[in-house]
Amino acid sequence: MRVPGSTPLRAVVVGASSGIGAALVKRLAADGAHVAALARREQELEGLQAATADSPGEVSVHVHDVCDTDAVGGLFEEVVRELGGLDLLVYAAGIMTPVGKDEYDTNKDLTMLDVNVGGCVAWCNPTANLFRTQRSGTIVGISSIAGARGRKGNPMYGTTKAAMDHYLEALRNRLGDCGAHVCTIKPGYVATPMTEGIDGMFWVISADTAAKRILRAAGCRVNERYVPMRWGLVALVLRCIPSFLFKRMNF
Amino acid sequence: MGDVATAQARRDWEYVESWGMASGGAVRVLRPGTKEELQGALEEASREGVRLAPRGAGCSYGDASTQADGWVLDLSRMNRVLAFDPETGVLEAEAGLTVEGAWQHILPHGWWPYVVSGTMYPTIAGAAAMNIHGKNNYCVGTFGDHVLEFDMVLPSGEVRTANREKDADLFHAAIGGFGMLGVFSRIVMDTKRVHSGLMEVRGVSTHDLGEMMAVFEAEKGAADYLVGWIDCFPADDRSGRGLVHIGRNLGPGEDLHPEATLDPAAQSLSQNILGVIPKSEVWRALRLFNHDPGMRLVNAAKYQAGRLEGMKGPYLQSHAAFHFLLDFVPNWKWAYGRRDRRGLIQYQVFLPKETAHDTLIEILERCRSREHVSYLGVLKRHRPDPFWLTHGLDGWSLALDFKVDEGRRASLWEHCYDLTELVLAAGGKFYFAKDSVLRPEDATRFLPPDRLAAFSALKRELDPSGTFETDLSRRVFPA
Repeated sequence: MRVPGSTPLRAVVVGASSGIGAALVKRLAADGAHVAALARREQELEGLQAATADSPGEVSVHVHDVCDTDAVGGLFEEVVRELGGLDLLVYAAGIMTPVGKDEYDTNKDLTMLDVNVGGCVAWCNPTANLFRTQRSGTIVGISSIAGARGRKGNPMYGTTKAAMDHYLEALRNRLGDCGAHVCTIKPGYVATPMTEGIDGMFWVISADTAAKRILRAAGCRVNERYVPMRWGLVALVLRCIPSFLFKRMNF
Repeated sequence: MGDVATAQARRDWEYVESWGMASGGAVRVLRPGTKEELQGALEEASREGVRLAPRGAGCSYGDASTQADGWVLDLSRMNRVLAFDPETGVLEAEAGLTVEGAWQHILPHGWWPYVVSGTMYPTIAGAAAMNIHGKNNYCVGTFGDHVLEFDMVLPSGEVRTANREKDADLFHAAIGGFGMLGVFSRIVMDTKRVHSGLMEVRGVSTHDLGEMMAVFEAEKGAADYLVGWIDCFPADDRSGRGLVHIGRNLGPGEDLHPEATLDPAAQSLSQNILGVIPKSEVWRALRLFNHDPGMRLVNAAKYQAGRLEGMKGPYLQSHAAFHFLLDFVPNWKWAYGRRDRRGLIQYQVFLPKETAHDTLIEILERCRSREHVSYLGVLKRHRPDPFWLTHGLDGWSLALDFKVDEGRRASLWEHCYDLTELVLAAGGKFYFAKDSVLRPEDATRFLPPDRLAAFSALKRELDPSGTFETDLSRRVFPA
């Protein structure tokens, strides 16, 4: 990331209409960054632009559906040209569609795969190629602690996050030699529209707090960061539970 | 479906920079793999009214293939060898073939390119467009002197074949024409017979520039290659101290096992130093010395090592190891900084033999007094050639690598402007493959006016809408 006092940070946030994405745009704009905010919902984007109008940074908004992967190439060029380069990409788009106990709905699952993984790959690939050639830049992928184990509750959501973890790790290793960086963020419970109505949440933090910690982790070139960090202990314990026990747990 | 997919050139959006990394930007890069895709890319650019910067491997130190306003047309995918005659040594290839690809193909048959650069990665299209020279410029001329024929795709999509008889104007303008007239799609070149994969190399340590030039003059009748390394730090009577490397190709029968040494595997540069230290990481160590005191030390150590080398007499070295010194430590340029707009520029001056010595001494002195000392100095001997915009002359060149430090960037450019005045006053010339600092008025002062006018007329005829444009062309030849 850019050194404070030098030219403004140039960032793209994909999935910026609400939750962590919107909070990241606000934080970045407050820090003076030039941000291109991308999301599917135009109204929310307009609200975001209005909310950041007085910030020291600049925010431009672009309506984009991450499932439309064919549009990514052209839009990527457009936003990078508009920003005059790129230092940071945050892929924050993600959906978690509730799945009933006995529901096995392929369309629902594949939509989650398209948004959470397909869109991530479509945005990270051209960004990685740009960062490889400029030997700098940071990609931040908002994954989840849900990727730690295959839980009963929502098989596909966890799968998409595990896939993101794997892909982002590979990308980080691929770019490691050339100065660019990939940071995987694994939030626990964050108070966002996605988690509204979920029972039994604990250690809940606000989207703004999550955004603050995410940017700090990205600035320090952390490889993987649980947000808050204590979720790392939870993940460690989860990974240690043998399968014959885990399948009997209702976690 | 298949037709649509193959008709369009591959495209990426990348950071494209000068080889020295001191300038660059994010830009659309088109990468045609066939002549049809190349023509399609030209047609698309024309339709969209976009400027194109032709690019090979991006080995020009300056902005010769970067593009701040348009797209980059990268030809490196068109890299097939089309034909090679082991009897005559004539090589016919697509223009994106690299020097590496060329020598690896022809060396097993006992041939080597007449002219190679200090790195093996440039494409032959880039080598022809910039009319590059090697350590043997004084005896074999430039790369263009060994091009027999080329095909050039014009902005209109028309393919024109040119050689010394047919379309001779295009031939002599496009070679050294830095990609402004069209894009090479096929190049036919002759190559040089070698009888071994090894060369005999001898080092001669010299006390000052005058002594080094005297060694060149004494050896140039017999030596196949001559290159001088100069320590740019010491002042006064040691100004220009250094080491001359004299290379000689082995004659028939001198190598008892030529089939073994001509094998490309025997040429490969080692991946490790002393068998354990990976060369890919050496740039990190070099970075620790990449400042004036550090480089003063490194240059002094190299000078002392050169004195020992001078005492040990001739030794054998592979062609690749002798020629491609810049590839010895991979990515050594990162020692100058890896972030955008940090890095180095190379400032290479060409001086007629009559004024060379005194002017070069003055240049070295001014570098020291302004504290913009080159971390590497390389002296070569040259001869004239018939290409319209050539840098060739009967004289000498000195290449200087200057570190580009953001805080001293403006002062470095001022320093180079001042040296340029000195060189132009001495009847000197410059070379577009290396340049980053020429101003519009400078080019018209060293290029012959008739040649420049003829080149401009040809550009207007072949590229009326000005499709081919690079950062260099806009800087040096603004409309």
